[in-house]
Amino acid sequence: MSPENALIEIKDLKKWFPVRTGLLHALRSGEQKYVKAVDGVSFNIRRGEIYGLAGESGCGKTTTGKVILRLIEPSDGEILFRGRDVTRLKKREMKEFRRRAQIIYQDPYESLDPRMTIFDFVAEPLIVHNIGDIEKNVADALERAELVPPEEYFYRFPHELSGGQRQRVAIARSMILNPDFVVADEPVSMLDVSIRSSILDLMIRLRDDLDISYLYITHDLATANQVCDRIGIMYLGKLVEEADIRELVDEPLHPYTKALIAAVPVPDPEAEKSRAVISGEVPNPVNVPPGCRFHPRCAYAMDICKKEIPELREVKEDHKVACYLVK
Amino acid sequence: MLLDVKDLKTYFETRSGYVKAVDNISLDMERGDVLGLAGESGCGKTTTMLAIMRLLPSNGRVLNGSIHLDGLDLLNMEEEQLRQDVRWKKLSMVFQGAMNALNPVFRVGDQLVQAIRVHENVNKEKALKRVEELFTLVGIDPKRATNYPHEFSGGMKQRAVIALSLICNPDLLIADEPVTALDVIVQAQILELIRDLRDKLGLSMIMITHDLSVIADVCNKAAIMYAGKIVEKGDIVTVFKHPEHPYSQGLLTNYPSIKGGKTKFKPIKGRPPNLIQPPPGCRFHPRCPYAMDICKKEEPEMVELEGGHFISCHLKTR
Repeated sequence: MSPENALIEIKDLKKWFPVRTGLLHALRSGEQKYVKAVDGVSFNIRRGEIYGLAGESGCGKTTTGKVILRLIEPSDGEILFRGRDVTRLKKREMKEFRRRAQIIYQDPYESLDPRMTIFDFVAEPLIVHNIGDIEKNVADALERAELVPPEEYFYRFPHELSGGQRQRVAIARSMILNPDFVVADEPVSMLDVSIRSSILDLMIRLRDDLDISYLYITHDLATANQVCDRIGIMYLGKLVEEADIRELVDEPLHPYTKALIAAVPVPDPEAEKSRAVISGEVPNPVNVPPGCRFHPRCAYAMDICKKEIPELREVKEDHKVACYLVK
Repeated sequence: MLLDVKDLKTYFETRSGYVKAVDNISLDMERGDVLGLAGESGCGKTTTMLAIMRLLPSNGRVLNGSIHLDGLDLLNMEEEQLRQDVRWKKLSMVFQGAMNALNPVFRVGDQLVQAIRVHENVNKEKALKRVEELFTLVGIDPKRATNYPHEFSGGMKQRAVIALSLICNPDLLIADEPVTALDVIVQAQILELIRDLRDKLGLSMIMITHDLSVIADVCNKAAIMYAGKIVEKGDIVTVFKHPEHPYSQGLLTNYPSIKGGKTKFKPIKGRPPNLIQPPPGCRFHPRCPYAMDICKKEEPEMVELEGGHFISCHLKTR
């Protein structure tokens, strides 16, 4: 892929959280332990693309999203936004980056300030960035999020709105500065089923109209299948597979991806039933297994898998996998 | 017939009036049936089940209807008799989030033993033996009975509360959102367990969930609820493949699936009504793309289309 195409390039990104072990452990000169939440992840997000990042809880997908926005500082690695390393930006440049990169959180019951009116909440970014014409901008943003007529929402408080409306308000706020890039962290998982599709629909339409790139973080492969262009699968802090969404769903290569896909139930009583191909649950991220992190649960594990860490490499055009099984 | 619910009406008394949470619903189940009860939050799924269990909160009122379980009239039963003869022995429930309600300071096995001894006159050894059998049945190593809840993973806790619901061999198990908080692979493990229990024990179950794919995965019958009413019910393939009610159609066509390519969403407009003053006529009419004049005035009756496929919609009854 040509780099001009990429809006964001993540190179070998790491986030290690130190584990607090206490004084006694330190005095016994115990070594510092880390939760390696994100451990050497590389991928690109193209302009106008919805890139999915999927995996089970604790795989590091949310941490990755937050580190890219520098809401959490990375431990190591590069985050290139239009070719410039975000981790080295000066304060003023950082403010500009904040204008261009936004986030939509999972839970609209938690992410809206209960004491702010919708108008104040949506207008806040304009004030921070010193942008005028507030009333028109807020009205436009609400209208774009399909909260019409916008004036009706100006002086209401979050508790007066339903979950779907709240998420629309959160989307209006994240879009008001015309960002190029939005991290959407499980934006529909807290919402009711009948509302989910309309919120996803809105996100796709904003992408089409405004040429926004998304990082869509989710544990739900069914919604990912509906919105993403490409997707990366994470397991214990590492990307194990990355491909076009159709290709990944139809021809997954990594045993973990296969297991994930087989486990997803289908809303069709005549379809094949969901299967738990692998047993057990994700191990403790403090003591990650050596070699391939998935090997203790993998039915095909070989000797090499226990010793060496497989690299994520391109095995077909636009299809990368980190597994020794795949030639 | 194992369960027969007729014209059940359950309202909640609040300061602003009665919340018409469940309004004239009828359900029936044969032995071995697994019924999926689907609908959005606040549509009355859980209230229906609490009414069947007779566990409504103090402001809940059953105003009309009857509930028979295996011939027993549950609504006219003394509380004490219900507790001794029905709850857990004939009818048990896995509550939503029950896995987080295990007592953290007692061993998991002891919590099951205690529940067994409340219901049955057996000594501790016998109860422990039963716990070990149940653990094996639900796929937990019986040695783990001496563990505390924090030593269990999420999936194991969910297995443990399913075991807890099975201690007295109930005829009917009600499971409220049994897999919603679980990760996808663990969810598949629990769904496998549920299908296994259905096949091995011939257990009848009601699954309450908003997740239509879970219902398609384990149930043989489905009922779709909207705003306190059942709008459509029937066997799973009929309801899911040939839904006739506009609400079921809207829910199902917009349900994301991992199968097939991207589909164009056609979201249902608007949102569910306030149940203190639900819309007159059909409760779905303000959101229905096909609403006619009659829908605004008259409440549609539940009619049978063919072979146990019921629907309440004026479009089909005229």
